[in-house]
Amino acid sequence: MDEFLVVKVKDLFNVKREVYIKAEEETDPRYGKPPEERTVPELISKGIVNIDKPAGPTSHEVVAWIKKMLGLKRAGHAGTLELL
Amino acid sequence: MALEKATKITSALMGAGKEYVCLMRLHGPVPEDVLLKTIQEFVGPVYQRPPLRSSVKRALRIRRIYYIRVLEIESKDVLMQVGCERGTYMRKLCHDIGEVLGVGAHMQELRRTRVGPFREDESLVTLQDLLDAYVLWRDEGYEKCIRKFILPVEKAVEHLPKIVIRDSAVDAICHGAALAAPGVLRVESGIKKGNLVAIFTQKGELVALAKALVRSEQIVVMDKGLVAKPTRVMMNPGTYPPFWREKKKT
Repeated sequence: MDEFLVVKVKDLFNVKREVYIKAEEETDPRYGKPPEERTVPELISKGIVNIDKPAGPTSHEVVAWIKKMLGLKRAGHAGTLELL
Repeated sequence: MALEKATKITSALMGAGKEYVCLMRLHGPVPEDVLLKTIQEFVGPVYQRPPLRSSVKRALRIRRIYYIRVLEIESKDVLMQVGCERGTYMRKLCHDIGEVLGVGAHMQELRRTRVGPFREDESLVTLQDLLDAYVLWRDEGYEKCIRKFILPVEKAVEHLPKIVIRDSAVDAICHGAALAAPGVLRVESGIKKGNLVAIFTQKGELVALAKALVRSEQIVVMDKGLVAKPTRVMMNPGTYPPFWREKKKT
């Protein structure tokens, strides 16, 4: 396996991952584009917001506000603080 | 919070590790050295039974505590930062620490400080700031703020093991086809059969989330066969050309 190995460390709760390179290829610049080059509407169409939710309103309420605020069709949150 | 199409990947975040800052209140005095030592004993796997009022089955389960950093102690109040596996009950952890100490304890306050790749950093935004940034972009065309707060969906899957594929394999995945070994360029270590993985283009775009059918080590050496089955497709079909149609005919 060693000939494929490139070491890259991810700092995600002590999970360390290495990358195996199987093959190399050029990507065609005509198709797709790096995420940094997305326009704002494109960014919104598949975006994530790291919201500092105030204590008080529920996550569900905050999602509803943001949905209305940004005129979104779909929005969702990932996980309640103290799941019961 | 996930917007529009990004809502498809929220399940990936639910399964991610979490970090909390939690205020524990002890019910009696405990010497500081005993307290610190006892808290550290909870690092590693812990048994937890979900609380009485719970949405999950109340069977004893094991959850991993990655680290506990005691930030501040002020008589009976202990402020600590806890990194843990998904589904770990902080209230339970405080209670259990109290039991071991013999004095009892409960959780007074809780704040989540990290979900998988998301921390309390410069990307964390209040409702008001998000609205201001949005209005600034919509009415004035000023993009800098909104770009800081709305992150690409790729950020939300940083914690998943990644498979990078050839341009020619992208469109088939967008149509829901399973990823075959020849389409793979790079693969991260640690993937086991059944794990959730993220399929990326070379440009760094998320194509889909998928269930791995084989281990990382096998993916590297396989020259044919299927390696992963998409569960959530993020990229629109037609973004990359459909090489697979031509291939099918021959």
